[in-house]
Amino acid sequence: MNDIAIEVRGLAKRFGDVQAVAEVDFAVRAGELFGFLGPNGAGKTTTINMLTGLARPDAGTVRIGGIDCTRNPRAAQHLIGVVPDESNLYPELTGFDNLCFCAALYGMAGGERRARAGELLEMFDLTAAAGRRFGGYSKGMKRRLTIAAGIIHRPPILFLDEPTTGIDVASARQVRRLIGELHEHGTTIFLTTHYIDEAERLCDRIAFIVAGRIVGVDLVANLVHPVRDKQVMLIACAPGAQDLVGELAEAFPALECTCPEPGSIRIEAREPIPVGPLVHFIEARGAEVSEARKIRPSLEDIFVRITGIGADAMRREKEKSGGKQ
Amino acid sequence: MKLWIAFWNIVAKDFRTYYLKPPNISWGLIFPFAWTGMFFIRSGRGLESIADILPGVIALSILFGTTSLLSVTVTFEKKNRSFERLLLAPIPLELLMLAKTGGAILFGVVNAFVPVAMAAFLVNPLRVDWLVFVPAVFLISVASTFLGLFIAVAVSEVFEAQTFSNFFRFPMIFLCGLFFPVSALPVFLRPLAYVLPLTYGADMLHGAIHGGNVMPFAVDLAALAGFCVVLFMVSLYNVRRRWIA
Repeated sequence: MNDIAIEVRGLAKRFGDVQAVAEVDFAVRAGELFGFLGPNGAGKTTTINMLTGLARPDAGTVRIGGIDCTRNPRAAQHLIGVVPDESNLYPELTGFDNLCFCAALYGMAGGERRARAGELLEMFDLTAAAGRRFGGYSKGMKRRLTIAAGIIHRPPILFLDEPTTGIDVASARQVRRLIGELHEHGTTIFLTTHYIDEAERLCDRIAFIVAGRIVGVDLVANLVHPVRDKQVMLIACAPGAQDLVGELAEAFPALECTCPEPGSIRIEAREPIPVGPLVHFIEARGAEVSEARKIRPSLEDIFVRITGIGADAMRREKEKSGGKQ
Repeated sequence: MKLWIAFWNIVAKDFRTYYLKPPNISWGLIFPFAWTGMFFIRSGRGLESIADILPGVIALSILFGTTSLLSVTVTFEKKNRSFERLLLAPIPLELLMLAKTGGAILFGVVNAFVPVAMAAFLVNPLRVDWLVFVPAVFLISVASTFLGLFIAVAVSEVFEAQTFSNFFRFPMIFLCGLFFPVSALPVFLRPLAYVLPLTYGADMLHGAIHGGNVMPFAVDLAALAGFCVVLFMVSLYNVRRRWIA
C-alpha cells in the first residue's frame, strides 16, 4: 500500500440548502491514528460516508490506498473496515454467526471464517457470548462485536465513527485499549469522536471540523504545545460570581479570566496562580467559593480556542441526541 | 475475491432468518388455502372449478409472499442500518441486489407449489404442462420480487412498505385475468391490464393448467422477462440515487 493511506482533496457535499462538507483536504499516513473531531452536525459522518462509499461527493477526490474512490467507489472496499456510530449487525443472529456472515461478505471460505470469528471473539472477550443472539447483547458488547466485524477481513484501514459513544465507562476503556492494540499492529485508523480527551489520548494527528470545514490539522503534540506551559485554574463559586470577571481582570492584570459557564471562573496565566488572594478577593465580594481546582491544559483548550465551541457543551449535545458515556 | 461465497451467504442468511420463520411457513399454507376456499365457494361449481381457480391462487400466493417479505425485510434492514454493512462489502451492487432478492424468489417458487399440492388431492388427475408451468412460476416470482424491491427502495418505513405494496397488489388481483378473463373487463380498463406483469404470468399459468391462455407463451415470457429487467434496473437506479446519494 502507498505511504498515504487516505488522501482527500476538495471534498464537498450539500444536502439541499445545507453545505454539509466544504473544501475538505487532508491526508492520513499509513499506520497513523488520525482523529476527526467536531461537534454534532459538523460533517464528520458525512465525510466518513463519502470516504467509505456510502455517499457520493458533489466535488473533490478521495483516494484510499492509492485507489480513486470517487470514480470507482467500490474498488477500495476490500481495503477498509468500517465501524459505524451505531451497531448495525443482525439482531437475530448470534455473535459467532454475525462474524461468520461478515467474513463471508469478503469472500472468506468456511473454515477460515470460523477460525477468524473464534479468534476475534476471544480477542474482544466475547467467547462466552458467542452463541447468544446479538439483539440480547449489552451496548458495550454490541460495540465490541461491531468493531470485531469491522476488522474481520484484516483491513489495513479502519474507520471508527464515535466508537465509545453510548457505552459504559468500563466498556469504553476496553474499546480504547483495543483501538490502541490495532494501531500498534499497524492498522491505519480514522477515528471520529466528540470526546476530546479520548482523541488526545489515542490519536497521532487530529483534524478539527466545524460546519463542514476543516479548521485545523496537526500532530497532537504540536496542537497541545502552546498551552502545555500554561497554568489553568477553575474556580467554582455561587452563580452570579461571573459578574466578578471584569473586576478580577482589573485587580490581577497578569491573569486571563473568563466565565465558561454560570458559577464558574476560569483563570489562565503563564506564572503560578495566586490561589489565596484570588479566593479572598472573590469571597470579599460576597460570593462563596466552593472549589478552586488546578487543571492540566489539554487539547480541549485548543479545541475551544479554534472552534469557539465548549467541549462540555459538545458532549452534552451529543448525549442529548442519543449517546451517553 | 470469491463473490459466489458472499452471494450464497446473503441468500442463505435471508432464507434462514426471514423466510424459514414459522409465521412465514404458515403464511405459505394459509394464504393459498384461504384464496382457494373463497373462490371455490364463490364459483359454486364443485371440484371441477379448482383447475380454473388454481392459476389465480398460485399467482397471488407468489405475488403476496414475495412483495410482502422482500419489501419488509429490506426496509427493516435499511432502517436498522444492517443494509449498510452489505453496501460496504466489496460486492458489485447488481450482484448484491440479486443476492438480496434470491431468497424471496426461492420463497415465491416454493409458495407456488403449495396450492398445486393442495389441488392434487382434490382434482384427479391434475394435468399440468410443467414445461410452461415452471418458467411461468419462476418469472412471476422474479417479477414480483423485483416489484417488492422497487417498493422497498421507494419507502423508508416498514409500515409504508406494506401500504405501498397494496397500491400495486390489489389492482392486480382484479385486472390481471387471475379469476376472470381480461376480455371481461370494461374496455377502458383493458389497456391497464397489459401494463401489469401478472397479466402475462397468469396467462401462462392458465395455459399450463387448463390450456386457457389467450396469448402465445413466447409473448408472455418476453413480456415477463422485460418487466423483470425494467424493475431491476429502476430499483438499482433508485438504490444508487437514494441510498448512496
